[in-house]
Amino acid sequence: MGSYLLRRLLIAIPSLLGISVVLFAVLALAPGDPFEELATNPAVPPEVRTALRTKFGLDDPIAVRYVRWLVAMLGGDWGFSFVSRIDVGALIMQRLPTTLFVIGSSQLLAILIALPVGIYAATRPYSLFDQIANAFAFVGFSLPTFFTGLLFILVFSIWLDWLPFVYRSDISATGWQWYLEHARQAIMPIAVLALFQAASLTRYVRSAMLDVIRLDYVTTARAKGLGERVVILKHVVRNALIPVVTLVALQMPAIFGGAIITEQIFRIPGIGSLLISSILANDTPVVMAVTFVFACLVVIFNLIADILYGWLDPRITFA
Amino acid sequence: MKSGVGEALLEIRGLKTHFQTDDGMVQAVDGVDLTIARGETVGVVGESGCGKTVTAMSILKLVPMPPGRIVAGQILWQGRDLVPLPPEAMNDIRSKQIAIVFQEPMTSLNPVYTVGEQIAEVIRRHEGLGRRAALNKTTEMLRLVQIPNPQRRVHDYPHQFSGGMRQRVMIAMALSCDPKLLIADEPTTALDVTIQAQILELLHDMKSRFGMAVMLITHAMGVVAETAQRVVVMYAGKVIEEAPVAQLFGQPRHPYTRGLIRSIPRIDRAAANRSRLETIGGVVPSLLRPPPGCRFAARCPHVMAKCRDASPPLLEVGRGHKVACVLEQPEAVQ
Amino acid sequence: MGRSRPVSPAFEAWRRFRRHPLALVSAAVLLMMIAAIVLGPTLWPVAINDIDFSARLKGPSWAHPFGTDDLGQDLLARMLYGGRISLAVGLAAMAVAILVGTLIGAVAGMSRSWLGSALMWLTDLFLSLPQLPLLLLVIYLFRDFLKGLFGPEGGVFILIVAVIGGLRWMPVARLVRAQFLSLREKEFVEAARALGASKSRQVVRHILPNALGPVIVAGTIDVAAAIIAESTLSFLGLGFPPDIPTWGRILYDAKDYLDIAPHWAMFPGAAIFLAVLTINFIGDGLRDALDPRKVM
Repeated sequence: MGSYLLRRLLIAIPSLLGISVVLFAVLALAPGDPFEELATNPAVPPEVRTALRTKFGLDDPIAVRYVRWLVAMLGGDWGFSFVSRIDVGALIMQRLPTTLFVIGSSQLLAILIALPVGIYAATRPYSLFDQIANAFAFVGFSLPTFFTGLLFILVFSIWLDWLPFVYRSDISATGWQWYLEHARQAIMPIAVLALFQAASLTRYVRSAMLDVIRLDYVTTARAKGLGERVVILKHVVRNALIPVVTLVALQMPAIFGGAIITEQIFRIPGIGSLLISSILANDTPVVMAVTFVFACLVVIFNLIADILYGWLDPRITFA
Repeated sequence: MKSGVGEALLEIRGLKTHFQTDDGMVQAVDGVDLTIARGETVGVVGESGCGKTVTAMSILKLVPMPPGRIVAGQILWQGRDLVPLPPEAMNDIRSKQIAIVFQEPMTSLNPVYTVGEQIAEVIRRHEGLGRRAALNKTTEMLRLVQIPNPQRRVHDYPHQFSGGMRQRVMIAMALSCDPKLLIADEPTTALDVTIQAQILELLHDMKSRFGMAVMLITHAMGVVAETAQRVVVMYAGKVIEEAPVAQLFGQPRHPYTRGLIRSIPRIDRAAANRSRLETIGGVVPSLLRPPPGCRFAARCPHVMAKCRDASPPLLEVGRGHKVACVLEQPEAVQ
Repeated sequence: MGRSRPVSPAFEAWRRFRRHPLALVSAAVLLMMIAAIVLGPTLWPVAINDIDFSARLKGPSWAHPFGTDDLGQDLLARMLYGGRISLAVGLAAMAVAILVGTLIGAVAGMSRSWLGSALMWLTDLFLSLPQLPLLLLVIYLFRDFLKGLFGPEGGVFILIVAVIGGLRWMPVARLVRAQFLSLREKEFVEAARALGASKSRQVVRHILPNALGPVIVAGTIDVAAAIIAESTLSFLGLGFPPDIPTWGRILYDAKDYLDIAPHWAMFPGAAIFLAVLTINFIGDGLRDALDPRKVM
């Protein structure tokens, strides 16, 4: 297992480097001057601009610029926001936990829905339950998250007035009230993301289960006189989980996309909405840093998936 | 109906197992009678697709039941019909009374659990032993099937064993609860020739130790000649001949059986005569729409008009020797 | 006595597709939508930017079957126009993804040298890229430049199609490579080789037709994904220019009026949903029609 982990780590590093090259290439190829914002700012005289250009090595050869940029990124030196003058690193750290909280909870909820439904549907393929679950799954991942979000707001905030639709991280309440308020405002964005995820996850769980159910060792398990329930839950699920885990991690990039949208709709102060607002404000350092953070998160989650896979499949652990 | 060795343990009467497919109903097993007595080794032979495996799976009701169905017949286990038995009762019988070893050892074990866990699982299910006792018994079984270093190997995963070893594990697992009947479905087909001999030797040892009845399914006539006491020959979903082993090889009555025996490659004969390998011309009929008469009619060198009228019944023509052929009917002893 | 009529693979596939009622219904609905979008403007000749303050934010009526927006513009006309853009973007992005993916996958699949592994490493790399953030980043950086070159609509169209297609070719490449790897060792390819077929002839005439099944399925799903991606961008205010009423853009404008004019958001949202849903069902039916061995 140790050597497997080491190998996966060693693969993750070129991955991250590769992504950083792509990001940097995009930035370098982009026309326009990242500092043109400052050009229109009367408070910044031209000499300061030139000095900044030299400081950031904008006139150096591209390879040097890349290395310098990469070192800065990895070291956490992400510059300062053009708009708010706050250190970008601090800005992101402030908002990252909220995003992680929403993504994490929605994933958990999605798994809690998808696992039982997918498993049960696989044990009774083509039954009524299976067909209904399948139809729901299709509807679930065909509904764009922004539409679901708007629908939820329409129904639960506007018509029923049960849930607030603007997220506030500072709630003036204590104890149970505080938790309740937090829960009330977090339910909708989490539900929107969870529904979308649960839809595709259910189909994958079902598919993975069906792939395993027809294998020889399941027949062996039945031939041992174990009840069907034990056969499914102990022998089939344990094996079907392996590809599902890999899939959850591989879908991470898409989930971040969904998080960006829900943060916009529900005005959640996470890094997704930060990305959008900084794009609209032409705040390049923030845009680059947030994109880089997203890329790192993807690599981290892929690594986590690899670790989980290695742990779940003894053929890898005990090669 | 006595077969010689002991009382009848398993009596299959008129078993019909059919499969619903997109193209129609496949009549995989179409009226099979089979008896196995206590402690007896019965060889079931026939070419691929003749229904031997489906018969075996039907006994333990392991046939996937959405496309498959036992449409007729009785499977009497010690007098009790298994066909209408509910799943809970069936589970008590599986591995405890009747156990099965499959053809593919490479895929028959769950890759995510240790070999010890999978064997102990059966023991705990049927014998009610605790974890430690079950583990001890498991280790003992592994030692019996001659897996070296069983105390250590019991904690290994299936992928850490070779094909032959895995088959030994399967045999250990099947025999761990001391069943009265062991069904071995082509246990050596997927293994190397040298390992085949070892596994057959192992089965022989286990039989002398445990004394269980064995239903050995194979398409290799040579294996049957060495191990079985009685042989049942199947063709296209039906039993066409049944006899004690010496009689079957000495005086085969059914044209198909004769063809099978003649087609066994014989090094001594071939070297002397320099003759070609004997084959049976033609192909097995489709089991979707089987011909109304004898299913071997299209390939039989002695076919007559009467053969195509109706499928000939399995009739006794000698001591313990039964044949389903029109040619043999005048000699039939009712 | 039974005569067996030789059936072509295409007919077999159609037979299998026919067995999926949802896929068939979806195909019908999608065809109707496409017909409406293509023929609509001739059958419903209302201008998309007819400002009429007296009719602002009105719900569905005979004059305006889908209602009006805050400038009194007819929503049905705007949606029919926007549908064309969504469709065009969807199909174009799918074409880019399929072309790039098939090319890379085929080269990687046929190659027996380091090239294959290198291409696959590149594919894996692109798969790790966070799609939406990267999409946003590229649009942010290149939008003005391309607008200058091709005009506001053209520039954005090219940009969106290129980026969406450029981030969706990877699954296609993997599929194609896997197919090529298994097909190039098959006997019929060896036979062609033995008969002297050049490598490219082997690929085009023998391997490619057999590899197409999963590619068609992937292409179908890609259209749906592209439509969602484009509407997402427009919804975030970063897609086409504001005067072009793509469905996502209409939603962007409508989202602040949810309480007083919900119809404004519901119609484009439902349209996107319906288009994507039908495409997904069709894709599922196609998957079973073209590759029945896979248990779905």
